[in-house]
Parts: sequence; C-alpha cells; structure tokens
Amino acid sequence: MNDFLAARSQMALSLGFHIIYSCIGMVMPVFMAISHYKYIKTQNPVYKNITQAWSKGVAIFFATGAVSGTMLSFELGLLWPKFMEHAGPIFGMPFSLEGVAFFIEAIALGFFLYGWNRFNKWFHWFTGVMVGVSGIISGILVVSANSWMNSPSGFNYVNGQYLNIDPMKAMFNGAWLSESLHMTIAAFSATGFAVAGIHALMIYRKQNIGFHTKAFNIAIIFGAVAAILQPFSGDLSAKHAAKRQPAKLAAMEAYFHTQTYAPLVIGGIPDTVTKKVNYGIEIPGLLSFLVYDNFKREVTGLDKIPARDQPNVPVTHYAFQIMVGIGILTMLIGVLYLIAIWKKHAWLTSSWFLKLFIMATPLGFIALEAGWTVTEVGRQPWIIQDVMRTADAVTPMPGIQYSFYIFSFIYFTLSLAVIFLLQRQIKMVPELYDVKK
Amino acid sequence: MLTVVIIFLFFAILLYFLLGGADFGAGIIELFTSDDNKQRTRSTMYQAIGPIWEANHMWLIIAVVIMFVGFPNIYSKMCTYLHIPLLLMLLGIIARGTAFAFRNYDAIKGERTQRLYNNIFVYSSFLTPLFLGIIAGSAISRQIDFEAKDFLTAYVFSWFNWFSIAVGLFTVALCGFLAAIYLIGEATDDFDVKRFIKKAKVLNGIAFFCGGLVFLAAETLNIHMAYWIFGNPVSRTAVIAASVSLVLLWITVAKGLKQIPRIFAAFQVSMILLSVGYTHYPNFIMGKNNKNLSLLTDHATSKTIDDLGIALLVGSLFILPALGYLFYSFRGKQNHG
Repeated sequence: MNDFLAARSQMALSLGFHIIYSCIGMVMPVFMAISHYKYIKTQNPVYKNITQAWSKGVAIFFATGAVSGTMLSFELGLLWPKFMEHAGPIFGMPFSLEGVAFFIEAIALGFFLYGWNRFNKWFHWFTGVMVGVSGIISGILVVSANSWMNSPSGFNYVNGQYLNIDPMKAMFNGAWLSESLHMTIAAFSATGFAVAGIHALMIYRKQNIGFHTKAFNIAIIFGAVAAILQPFSGDLSAKHAAKRQPAKLAAMEAYFHTQTYAPLVIGGIPDTVTKKVNYGIEIPGLLSFLVYDNFKREVTGLDKIPARDQPNVPVTHYAFQIMVGIGILTMLIGVLYLIAIWKKHAWLTSSWFLKLFIMATPLGFIALEAGWTVTEVGRQPWIIQDVMRTADAVTPMPGIQYSFYIFSFIYFTLSLAVIFLLQRQIKMVPELYDVKK
Repeated sequence: MLTVVIIFLFFAILLYFLLGGADFGAGIIELFTSDDNKQRTRSTMYQAIGPIWEANHMWLIIAVVIMFVGFPNIYSKMCTYLHIPLLLMLLGIIARGTAFAFRNYDAIKGERTQRLYNNIFVYSSFLTPLFLGIIAGSAISRQIDFEAKDFLTAYVFSWFNWFSIAVGLFTVALCGFLAAIYLIGEATDDFDVKRFIKKAKVLNGIAFFCGGLVFLAAETLNIHMAYWIFGNPVSRTAVIAASVSLVLLWITVAKGLKQIPRIFAAFQVSMILLSVGYTHYPNFIMGKNNKNLSLLTDHATSKTIDDLGIALLVGSLFILPALGYLFYSFRGKQNHG
C-alpha cells in the first residue's frame, strides 16, 4: 500500500466512523429532550426512564465522538500538512466556532448527566436541550468547512499564492447551506430510523412494550419527517454540484457524453473504457430537468473534463445510487408511518409494520456513508476543488500504512465496544427501567 | 489582535495542562494505588471529575484550532516532524476517553469488563501526558531538523532523545501531583485525606527527581537550562514564585486546608510553564541550526487573526460563565450519576 493511498484510507476510515458517532451524539439529545419534556409535563415515569436510558447512550456516543473528533483535528495536519498550512487560515473560521459550540456541548452534558434532582427541573431540561442545540450547530459548522473544499471562496489564488483571505466569506461559501441542510436532515433521518428500529425490535419481541413504544414514537417521527424532506434538499445539493463541480455530478450519474436532453441513468455498471453504462435504465431528458429545470438543456459530461481531473466514476456512481435508492425507500417508509398514525392505527402494532422498521435500522447510516463517499470521492483528485490536488497535500512522512493499520484496528474495536455496550444497555432495560418494579 | 490570539493560545494550553492534567493525574494515581484502595480512589475520582470531565479536554481542541487557523505553518511543521509522538498521544486520548466513559456507562458492571476498562484507563492516563510532555520538550529541544533527508533524523530523533523523554516524565509527575492535591479536597474521610496527602508527597518527590533529570538531559543536548530559567528577570521571578508557593502549599496542607492548596498547586505549575514559555517567547518551535518558528512572524494574515480573535472573545463570553457555573455547581460535593 503506498503512502498516499494509506493516508486517504486512514482519513476515510476516521471520518466514516466519526460521522456515525457524531450524528447520533447530536440527534439523540434532541430525542432525549423531547422525552424529558413529556416527563416534566405528564409526570409519567416511563418518560423519565426513557430520558435516562437515552442519556446513557448519549454519554457513550459523545465520548466516542469527542475523542474521534479530537483525533481528526490532528489527523488533518498529520496526514495533510500542506493542505492545512494553506487552508487553515482560510476555512478555519467554522472550526474555531465549532470549538466553542463543542465546548458548550460538553459543559451542558456535564450539567445534564449529573444534574438530576440538583437543579430546577426546567434549568436541567434546558441543559439537555443545549446539548442537542450546540451539537447540531457544531455539525453545521464542520460541514460548512467541508463545503469550502467543494466550493472554495474567500481568497484569490494567484500564482500559487493565497491572497486576500477572508475567513467569513470562506465560511459562507456557495455550498455551505445546501450541504449543511442535507447533512443535518440526513443525521435526523439516519438516527431516527436507527433508534426507532432498535425499539421496534424490542416491541416485536414483546419486551417492555410500554417503554419501547413511547421511545419508538419519539424517534420515528423525526426519522420519518426528515426522510420525507431529504429528497428536496438532495435536489438542491445536486443543482449546486452541477454548477460548481460538473465532474462530480457527471461521475455521480456516470454521464460520459455531453448532450442536450441529458438522460438520467438509474443503476447500471459504468464501463470507463468504452464510456458506456451497461444494464442501466435511461430516462431521456430527466438529468437536464433535475439540474436545470429544463428537459432540453445541455449538461456537461465527463468528455469535457480532462482525464487527470476526473474522480473515480464507478465508486462515485455506485455510492450515489445506493444513497438515492435508500433515500427513496426510507421516504416511502416515512410516508407509511404518517399514514399509520393518521388513518391506520392497526398497522402500528402489526408484525409486518414492526419488521419493516427493524429492517430499516441501518439504512439511514448506509445512505449517509454512501453520501459522504459521493462528496469526497467525487471531489477527487482535488482536496480543494480546482486549487490543490490531494496528492500534493499528503505528508512527506513514509510508512503511513502502519498508522492506517493501527487506526483500522482501533476504530473497529471501538465500534464493537460501542455495540457491545448498547446491547448491554438494552438488555438491562427490564432491570433498570421497568415501572412495575 | 495577534496578542489576544496568543494570550488565548497560552491560556488554553495552561488550562489544558491544569485541568486535563489533573484528570490524567487521577488515572496515574489510580495506577499506583494498591489494589485494596483502588475502588476508593476510583469513586472519589468519579465524583470529582465526572461532571467536568469532558469540558476539561476541550481546551486541547481550542489550542489545536488556534494553532491551525492562526499559526498554520507551525501546526503543519509540528504535525510533520512530530507525527509519531502526536499519533501515540492521540491513541492514548482515544483509549482513555472511551475507557472512562465505558466503565461508567456499561449497564452491567461485570468484573472482567470493568478490570479491562480500568487497565486501559490507567495505562493510557500515564502514556498520554508522557507523549504530551515529549511533544512539548521536542518543540524547544533544537532537535527538529527541517532539512533532514533521512527518516530517522526527520521523524524519530526529532523527539526520541533524553531531553524530550525527561520532560515527558516530568509532565507525568506534575499531573499526578496536581491530581493528588486536588483529590485531597474531594476525599470524604480522614483515611482518604491521609492517603492522598501521602501520594502528593511521593509525587512531589518524583517531580523533583524528574525535574533534575530534565536538567541533566538538557546538558547532553547542550541546552543550558539554568540560563533559560535564570537568564531573564521574568523567568527568574516565576521560578522563585513557584518555589515559594510550593512551601506555602505544604504549610496549608499541614493545616488541613483543602481549597487553598489547590490554588497554590495550580499557581506553581502555571509559574513553571510561564518560566519556560517566557524564555522562548515568541519562538514556539526551536529547530536545529537556529531555525525557529515564532508566533510573531509565522502567523496567518491579519484578517484571519482578527476574525479568529473575535471568535475567541465572543466564544469565551459563552464558555467562561457556563464553565464557571459548572465548576461552582459541582464543587467538592457528592455527585449522583
């Protein structure tokens, strides 16, 4: 494994895991605060139990999210020192604000976890809300730093020099809103479905039905609404990509030849030698329409982009297909849930309905990882779109593969440990949170 | 605004050393506690640092962010030439942070799993500040060679030398000492108070010993520590103040006071950092052949520094009151998790 590949793999691995921890760490506090609110209002102890059970999960995910985030703040420099040397002062603004938001989150979490029966109940509730709010703000800020890499602004690049740096302009670059929106909704959808799926499984197994049903209801409403909203924000993101990153869009769609009435290709196996997509379903004009609201307009294909500036087409295309496919599926499940609570109450307790949600548990996170693959692989070979190549940013230190092996080991063990701990939390629900006892 | 940013940088490093350092120290003390008393140390520690645990480690993030936004060249050079110790420190941070959370939030307190979490926690509590100290020592050791061509000179001997390692050990000892003084005030009975006082004395001795090692190791690299410390009035005064506060600290401990010794301990460590920091200011990295990286010259453009300074000032308006109230709310009481 060469050093460049090792560095990219290590970064992908670290981000891939961090994204899961931090999404759960920022969305679960919101669920927790809703349940806490219901407890304060109704005094129903089941809600207090749900709040406390979820707060343990939040604590575990916050701890893993915090250390993997600390890790990343160093990895940026350890793996990409040339990038950070130039990019740091430009896109650092959201990171410094994120540092503040993250700090507030840690303080609020301390108050919340240790604050039962110590503070005014509304102050205590407020600290829980702040964990969620500052978590979401942190997420938005970090994503806006990433969006700068896709849509660099706030500086002039002249003869290899970065001039007229304006960090605020860099933070509010052209892609920040669409990307943050897409990611925040994705976090709610993925976490909502994952949490709901686990509680659905427990209902299906007929364990502590009262507890798990209430928990399921809180989580799934967020998951369902987010899943229904997501296609709209996805559409917005794709339009932005077309404007700023035509190579990424073309790779996502495996769209080789520039043409009017550009077709949308669903599925298929892209062949980069013959420049064709085999076994895909083509819908003429739909890509033009999705990107420009006009069936006729020409869309830039990969043939207009020099080979050395193109991303890996199959990987980007497959990842995009997975993301969109799951997005549509979860949207449909979300619609079914809304129909169920509106008209078809009998569905809610039927076994096919529960099985559907059990099956959907990992879907949101698979889509989320696929989406990040599209964003990151689709930007290659650039680390800063059209300004700096990823290969030019990598550390001169040899032997990065060993560090990659170590980190692979660490992250896999860590994830196994988190799964193990969550299993034990769930296993202990009857002991710790059964109201009858 | 550059001054504001530099003050925040040193402030974040200092607070990370004092608060995060005391956290590390608590783990170090647990490592060197007899099996009979381990559980007592653990529960005192959990009460003491549980609520403020995550916040203490945020200072590191603040310091790193200031470095890569405000001083990108220094950050990127450190990341390149001190890659290996940074990596090892990070492994320690990951292992420690997760093991601490896991041992508290594992729903089933099984004997074997708890023993595993404890072991990971205590050993990483030792290794993390060791590498932190090694990194700090290396920054001023004049061993980083920006022109090195071979792997060993560039990436290994930059930090693998007696001086850096001695500074690492000294850091570990100071962390343990800080924690012991801090835990005296958290102990709930006389037995534990005596135990932590004894630990503090031992660690004070070890810190002295390691401090001596630093001096000796410095000589092997032709670094004249005495000149660093006594060569200018500020560093001189700081070292004298540190020595005086150490004496006062032990007097107040002997009188059975609990909060005051903490202040002296924190003051003493701050003075040691001030003494070393001031000698080198504005240099942040002292490389081979007098190639130094300075906070006053190797910084980002003034627009970035201005924005960073404003972000830090505004941010501290939120952080400091909230953090102050957090510490106030959980000061030396029994906490219920």
